[in-house]
Amino acid sequence: MKFMILVKASKESEAGVMPGKELLAAMGNFNEELVRAGVLLAADGLQRSAKGARVRFSGSKRTVVDGPFTETKELVAGYWIWEVKSMEEAIEWVKRCPNPHEGDSEIEIRPMFDAADFDPEYVAGLVERRERLAAELAAAGRPVPEHLHKKG
Amino acid sequence: MTEPDPHRTIEAVWRIESPRLVAGLARMLRDVGLAEDFAQDALVAALERWPEAGVPDNPGAWLMATAKNRALDHLRRGKLLKKKHEALGWSLESERESAAANFEAALDDDVGDDLLRLVFTACHPVLSHEARVALTLRMLLGLTTGEIARAYLVPEATMAQRLVRAKRSLSEARVPFELPRGADRESRLTSVLEVVYLIFNEGYAATAGSDWTRPQLCAEALRLGRILVGLAPGDAEVHGLVALMEIQASRLAARVGPSGEPILLFDQDRARWDRLLIRRGLEALAAAERLSGARGPYTLQAALAACHACAVTFEETDWMRIARLYDELATLSPSPVVELNRGIAHGMAFGPAAGFEIVDALSAEPALARYHLLPSVRGDLLLKLGRLDEARADFERAAALTANERERAFLRARASGIGGGSV
Repeated sequence: MKFMILVKASKESEAGVMPGKELLAAMGNFNEELVRAGVLLAADGLQRSAKGARVRFSGSKRTVVDGPFTETKELVAGYWIWEVKSMEEAIEWVKRCPNPHEGDSEIEIRPMFDAADFDPEYVAGLVERRERLAAELAAAGRPVPEHLHKKG
Repeated sequence: MTEPDPHRTIEAVWRIESPRLVAGLARMLRDVGLAEDFAQDALVAALERWPEAGVPDNPGAWLMATAKNRALDHLRRGKLLKKKHEALGWSLESERESAAANFEAALDDDVGDDLLRLVFTACHPVLSHEARVALTLRMLLGLTTGEIARAYLVPEATMAQRLVRAKRSLSEARVPFELPRGADRESRLTSVLEVVYLIFNEGYAATAGSDWTRPQLCAEALRLGRILVGLAPGDAEVHGLVALMEIQASRLAARVGPSGEPILLFDQDRARWDRLLIRRGLEALAAAERLSGARGPYTLQAALAACHACAVTFEETDWMRIARLYDELATLSPSPVVELNRGIAHGMAFGPAAGFEIVDALSAEPALARYHLLPSVRGDLLLKLGRLDEARADFERAAALTANERERAFLRARASGIGGGSV
């Protein structure tokens, strides 16, 4: 299962204060641990919201709002994408993370959608299409599906 | 606020901690089988205590301390005492201190090397493929015997036996807990990569069964591959294998329908391919190619998989590149199926005559004698070449060989759809 791990913003991160040496080192170690455990798929830090923008939608109207945005605790300062087996495993890993800010902070864990979560009707449509095409492909001498030569 | 289910938490902690635990214990005991047993003891203790006492703040340290005490008890009491002492070169007096120090060292010193030693030991050529796979899933990925048994569709008792026998074989063969060096390292690494890919394919080929454990094997193999990249970053084929698995895994969601039936690569909705995994696969492939001028078999297959991953539609597929890569693969690790694919690629890239020349040469190949795709592919190339009678005969032959009803019907229709004789 893939999870997005969202590090919430803090006053400091919104003020553009870069994390101290110690925190950077601790975070570096934590990331290394994630890599060594085969868990880390992607990670990035986000610049402060003052450098961001929002596009608001209202019917067909679009309005651009420039940052900064005020609701600091709801803002995201960075994210990871992890592949783990369960929410519990994600929680265990987050508990091992150093406090991402100098003061109090919060990290949010959100499971990402996967194939099983897709609309069954959409999937059923695919199957119908597949059944129509499968025989055609085999007979048309389209390339042999790769799993046939990857096993040996 | 709800407290998470303690058993699920313990399972999660176990997945995170057990490889390091076993590796650290193995370094101390110089016996992977014993190390695994004591690690299991610690897990049992956790299962007994944590649900009531709560999960400790540092569960990894708790598990290690518990396993360590069990190991020390065993060393002190057990019949193996003398033998172990000789093996370890310890004096009885300093046993406790040195053991403790050894443990700390095992934890702090270079966990990476211990893990790599554990990988090489679990995948040791003295073991059967089955045993290597079982030990790897158990010791490096923290799966329970029950999970491994379900994944391989055997009774739990059978899997438990297999694990016990595997551990016994390791100690009987006196397999040292060490990193192979020199030329030995390469062949041992080949064995490791083979085990990882075996696990991946077991999951990838599984299209039936409601138990999550079989498809889960892909995720486990990929996890192990990603761990290996961290442990042995200088080996091109490690990156190549990870690239191959990342790209194949990117299609997992698109390749199976809701009733578990497979959807062929060319039939897949490419919008459902996982772009993140494709990106990771392409990066791993680039790393493999940077590290070595000559592509190994995994890197080559990853390069082939990348050709499809990079084509947004089937029509955009770069068949020239695929044909060249198959030429390379056919030289490096020739097989009839690689050759058939090479023929198809050449047919797509350079026209039916080029493809036919390669495919026709396979007609006498005994390994493909009952493989319906050979006459099916050959028939298609003949049809494109205007050799209608021969094409018809090949489609008939393919129809007779296939086990799939729908495919047979279509092949028959294709045969009878070829009007009149050749001109």
